[in-house]
Amino acid sequence: MKIVVAVKRVADYNVKVRPKSDHSGPDLANVKMAINPFCEIAVEEAVRLKEKGTATEVIAVSLGPQAAQEQIRTALALGADRGILVQTDVALEPLGIAKCLKAICDQEKPDLVLLGKQAIDGDNNQTGQMLGALTGYAQATFASKITVGDGSLEVIREVDGGLQTLAIKLPAIVTSDLRLNEPRYASLPNIMKAKKKPIDTTTPEQLGVDVAPRVKLLKAEPPPERKAGIKVEDVAQLVDKLKNEAKVIA
Amino acid sequence: MSILVIAEHDKGDLKGATLATIAAARNLGDQIDVLVAGAADCAAVAAKAAAAVGVSRVLVAENAAYDHMLAENTALLVAELAKNYSHVLAPATTNGKNVIPRAAALLDVQAISDICGVVSADTFQRPIYAGNIIATVQSSDSIKLLTVRTTAFDPVAAEGGRASVETVASVHQTGLAEFKGEEVAKSDRPELTAAKIIISGGRGMQNGDNFEMLYRIADKLGAAVGASRAAVDAGFVPNDMQVGQTGKIVAPELYIAVGISGAIQHLAGMKDSKVIVAINKDGDAPIFQVADYGLVADLFKALPELEAAL
Repeated sequence: MKIVVAVKRVADYNVKVRPKSDHSGPDLANVKMAINPFCEIAVEEAVRLKEKGTATEVIAVSLGPQAAQEQIRTALALGADRGILVQTDVALEPLGIAKCLKAICDQEKPDLVLLGKQAIDGDNNQTGQMLGALTGYAQATFASKITVGDGSLEVIREVDGGLQTLAIKLPAIVTSDLRLNEPRYASLPNIMKAKKKPIDTTTPEQLGVDVAPRVKLLKAEPPPERKAGIKVEDVAQLVDKLKNEAKVIA
Repeated sequence: MSILVIAEHDKGDLKGATLATIAAARNLGDQIDVLVAGAADCAAVAAKAAAAVGVSRVLVAENAAYDHMLAENTALLVAELAKNYSHVLAPATTNGKNVIPRAAALLDVQAISDICGVVSADTFQRPIYAGNIIATVQSSDSIKLLTVRTTAFDPVAAEGGRASVETVASVHQTGLAEFKGEEVAKSDRPELTAAKIIISGGRGMQNGDNFEMLYRIADKLGAAVGASRAAVDAGFVPNDMQVGQTGKIVAPELYIAVGISGAIQHLAGMKDSKVIVAINKDGDAPIFQVADYGLVADLFKALPELEAAL
């Protein structure tokens, strides 16, 4: 089985990103960048499938500026075999990303495409589903367990009511939820080895994809501020405040 | 403007998320149709959808192909119907998030996720970066496909409407996916996304057994019980209890956070609650920065006292 895994370069999850002072967009100057946590989980799952002998090759794909190579290197250090960077400085939207990934799928013919369920920058949660539509592959989003069968997958999904099990045909798209696995730390020897693994570079134009944005960001504002309230002394005072001041309990 | 709303339903029950989505749709126009797609019990759901205020027409697509709204088949149905509408809206539930982007890509449309405000027919507000930024975005696509953050819209009344009910005959069966089963948490308490009061526990609860203290208080208050990601990851409670950026987004009248430090990702899921109470022994925990009432205390002492006081 051949696996393509998508990785996105995003602001590190520990950073509280704020809007620029002119509200034209998020302020990412000097912000530490990292691999999107859900993508890291997707890479880990691909590598585990390779270690089990289920997968034969794991290809890490990223889209974005040249610096997105760093996130491909992270995936290679975790155990992916080779990388593809679709290089562009356009601010990509999920549809454009999915179209580029579709073009990669046409070239690579993977059996499985693993993605994170959402990126923590745009919080869109769309790319995997869109890739499913464009390729015509089956999809299982928000996966917490993947079992590979003969020409099919059984996937446990995290849904609103609890857990749902789907059987889907291969080739398929699976997006990872938080509890699919716990990604390993890349060891130093593997980080060194990753530097020698190949990364091909292409562009949306070479793939024949128009990535011009469809949605215009008009404003990026801070959310309404919530003011810190008061500290109460004890439970009795808390209950009194909730009953008589906030009036939220009877 | 005519708008299609995708109903969220389960076992014959129309979910409240649908009513909030209809409310969002009313900001866009008056012709609002509701699609009920599923494998069974659709007539009961359709009757409830027809009674909701503001609905013109209910479309029923009942077929095994739409079992649990399987994305491959349901997206084809939605894409087919979407051509008659200016907007297609679904609640940002796991079903909505699963189907809408797939339908959008079939239509070559860039969907807009999790809208929390309608500015105009093509301009919407939505949270990005875990809610640290509210983006105002304008779509240039001819059809707008949107998922709706249901806590941001007051649901329309469930009774009072008299919409017509029609059957949709088209069946899209790709045969790519099959529903095998589900493990649904059974509880007599209200659902997290519909509860007026929520009490949530974090890593500070130390184990799953200690959540019993929260369940007892919840039963006295008629509350739902939630959890932080830390508590779910530690295996204290199941995933469907998670409140946060990637879990459930809630905005109850009263949110009581117990033993939760207040990571950005958790705050993203609950900071629109009307009144927030934090109980934590660490007085510097970030949760206190958003709490209306903070109690710096050992939860193992405070919770029994709270239970006794209610």
